[in-house]
Amino acid sequence: MKKQTGIKRIFTLYLPLIIIMLFILFPFYWTFVTSVKPEEELYGAVVTYWPSHITFEAYRKLFTTTVDFLTAMKNSLIVAVSTTIVSLTVSTLAAYAFSRYRFAGRKFLMCVFLCNNMFPTVLLLIPLYSIMRSLGLLYSHTSLVLSYTTFTIPFSVWLLLGFLNDLPMSLEEAALIDGCNRGNAFIKIILPILGPCLVATGVYIFMQSWNEYTFAMMFTNAETRTIPVALKNLIGQLGVQWDLLTAGGIITIIPVCIMFFFAQKRLVEGLTAGAVKG
Amino acid sequence: MVKKRSIWPYLLVAPAVLVILCVVFVPVINAILMSFQSYDLRRPKDIGFTGLANYIEALGDAKFQSAFFKTIIWVVAGVGFQFLFGFMLALLLNKSFKGRGVVRAVSMIPWVTPGVLIGLMWSWIYDGNRGVLNDILMKLHLINDKIPFLAQDGTAFPGVIVTIIWQGIPFFALMLLAALQGVSTDMYEAADIDGAVGWQKLFYITIPSIKNTIFVTALLRVIWVANSVDVIFNMTEGRFGTLTMSVYVYQKGNALDLGYASAMAIIMALCLLVVAIPYLRSNFREEG
Repeated sequence: MKKQTGIKRIFTLYLPLIIIMLFILFPFYWTFVTSVKPEEELYGAVVTYWPSHITFEAYRKLFTTTVDFLTAMKNSLIVAVSTTIVSLTVSTLAAYAFSRYRFAGRKFLMCVFLCNNMFPTVLLLIPLYSIMRSLGLLYSHTSLVLSYTTFTIPFSVWLLLGFLNDLPMSLEEAALIDGCNRGNAFIKIILPILGPCLVATGVYIFMQSWNEYTFAMMFTNAETRTIPVALKNLIGQLGVQWDLLTAGGIITIIPVCIMFFFAQKRLVEGLTAGAVKG
Repeated sequence: MVKKRSIWPYLLVAPAVLVILCVVFVPVINAILMSFQSYDLRRPKDIGFTGLANYIEALGDAKFQSAFFKTIIWVVAGVGFQFLFGFMLALLLNKSFKGRGVVRAVSMIPWVTPGVLIGLMWSWIYDGNRGVLNDILMKLHLINDKIPFLAQDGTAFPGVIVTIIWQGIPFFALMLLAALQGVSTDMYEAADIDGAVGWQKLFYITIPSIKNTIFVTALLRVIWVANSVDVIFNMTEGRFGTLTMSVYVYQKGNALDLGYASAMAIIMALCLLVVAIPYLRSNFREEG
């Protein structure tokens, strides 16, 4: 490849990159700045692009006043962790079956998994609401865990299938010849190698359940509501409190961002394996 | 290793299938049944079979018709620009420069941000009184008076579309970048020898090589964007010309008119199915 000259590189690489990244990052910058602005500056006549002094008052209010953000965080954590455990277990088993066995109905079942995401969420929301109500599960964490598990299964199976298909069968064959049964071979050989990929898939499931709003809005009440619902509820109590809202927003994305940065390399590999090879 | 006639694969798949059956297929059948009934929880006495009445009402509902066309604009403009900017970002990230890993990771943050928060963040940017967008445009002397972007007819819909574009760029960039990295450099070298210029390489080598990924990613995005409720609902609640089909169904569902909402949701699912058929067919072919 020819070496590009400096000026050409600025126009074909740095300048467009800076413009796109500005567009992507500005809303986050603005959210953060709003959350640390003193109240009088936030509601003053002039829009300032950096606060005159930084205050964490909004963050303090978020946890100490009536908003009860801490309970919402606890609920979100319970729901996201439970969903991750359930969905990851179920998806790993299914992906293993699809990857290592050829059985009648395999094609059909894989199609069922794929179709799962085609249904409009709103179509499921309404009957699920009445089903959950009649089962007495409405306003419980279980209703959300069940729903999120279902919605994360297709993508998780797809991710794990990509990872598993990359692992050579000879690994387990060697173990089987040595007298291991299939279950043992799975636990002793496959799981340790698959570890990082499981973490990546787990992060994906956690992110989805941590962020979901539409179902959480209908399936929770004041005691069981999750962060996205609590955020939305900051509107309307006393008008829109942008300082509280933005502070809550920053707190919401920090955990998922940290997890994403650790898992992103594997996650990207897995996400793309299916599409690129398929 | 490949064994036939074993009970094991069925046992392994069973838990996942069971959950999907309970949470997807039972509700879908439920929704189909409800769509043929007058099923309004505010009027429980009137619940009963009404045949196609809900469907006929939906097809004649001016609000639903407008929501149908809005959804097409929402999906075409939304996914179209997501692809355009995502592809640009992927091409840029495919070049080598210092700090590429960090830029790539940071550019993905919109993808991990909750839809509610995205809606609220952008509402604050668009705000008619203290919104930063108004301030920037006024400082640049592009406008003289503040515009209530999300509270008037002409600007609210473009406003929410920009937001969904912003949300979807990372996912496109991510998928396309991985596809780009799989394109062999030999072809570019051969093209260089033949004296091809940049855009020729783009249209004759790059795009044909990654067209499968473009297709799959676009289809996934079409389904997600069409189904998305949280962004619009948290920015305008479907007012000022931003009512898409999914938001309308959500509103009716919230208002407990479940029969009518189900009928509309089923019409919407059928529309999406038409879009998804080529995808399903290609998946079947590959397996068979």
